[in-house]
Amino acid sequence: MHLARVIGTVVATTKDPGLAGRTLLVLQPLSPERETVGVPLVAVDSVGAGRGEEVFFVRGREASFPFLPAAVPTDASVIGICDQWSLDASGTRPPPRRRSGRAAVKGQS
Amino acid sequence: MRLARIVGTVVATRKNPKLEGAKLLLARPVDQAGEPTGAAQLAIDAVGAGIGELVLLVLEGRAAGSALGRRAAPVDAAIVGIVDPSGAAD
Amino acid sequence: MILGKVVGTIVATRKDERLVGSTLLLVQPVLPDGEARGGPIVAVDTVDAGAAETVLVVSGSSARMAAGQADRPIDAAIIGIVDVVSTNEAS
Repeated sequence: MHLARVIGTVVATTKDPGLAGRTLLVLQPLSPERETVGVPLVAVDSVGAGRGEEVFFVRGREASFPFLPAAVPTDASVIGICDQWSLDASGTRPPPRRRSGRAAVKGQS
Repeated sequence: MRLARIVGTVVATRKNPKLEGAKLLLARPVDQAGEPTGAAQLAIDAVGAGIGELVLLVLEGRAAGSALGRRAAPVDAAIVGIVDPSGAAD
Repeated sequence: MILGKVVGTIVATRKDERLVGSTLLLVQPVLPDGEARGGPIVAVDTVDAGAAETVLVVSGSSARMAAGQADRPIDAAIIGIVDVVSTNEAS
C-alpha cells in the first residue's frame, strides 16, 4: 500500500459500466516523510475520501477487491483515510496534525 | 519476502472493512547488516510487530491477504514475521 | 489508473485471435494538467474514445476487468472519457 494526498477529482460521463457511481480521485503519492513521490494517478474511492485528505491506496489486482462482487476495472483504489502517521527513526519527529479533524473537513464539502 | 525495520505507524479510523482492526505499519527494507535499501512501505501487521523491530515483509497481494486471514482483502504488503534478535546473520 | 490523451490508432491485421474486433489506440500518458509524461502506450478502447480526447486508462491485470475484456491478452484498457479534471494543487 502507499500513502498519498487527494489533490483532485476526475469527472467522466462515458465510462465502463463498472465505474458507474464511483468517485474518481487524483492522488499524489507521498513518502512517509510527506515528500511527493512520482507523478499523480487516478484511483477509485472506496471510503469516502475528499480533496486535501491524506489517504492510503492499493495498486494492482487487489484494487478491485473493495468493490466485490461488483466488477470494477481499477488498478488503484483508496482504501483508508489517514488520521495521522508518525515516524520514529533517525530523528524524524512526528509530523504536526494538519487539520483540526475529519468533521471539519467534511463540513467544507 | 524482504527484511525490513519498522519505522513508523499509521492511524486510519476510516478504512476498508476488510482492514478493520488491522494495524498499519511503515517498514523500511534493510539488508542483512540492517542498512536501509529502499523507501519505507506501508504494510499490514499480521504478527504484532513494534517500532524498531526487524521483520519479514511480504510484498505480494495473495500472500498479504492470507497473512491477514481474510480473503479478497485489498492489501499488497504484510508483515509476516519478527526476526529474532540473533536471527539475521551479518 | 492514469490519464492519457489519444494520439493515434493502431491497425494490426495479424494479432492474437482474442484481439480480433478490438480497437487499439495509442495513448500518451498525461499529468492532471495535461502535460505529457513518459512514452505512449497501446490500449484497448472499450468506450469509443476519439482522437485527442482525454481518457482514463487502467493497467495490468485489472484491465481485463473492463467490459468484454475478460479473456483478452491485454495489459491496458481505456475505460472512460474524461470530461473534467480538477485539482487544487500543483503537482
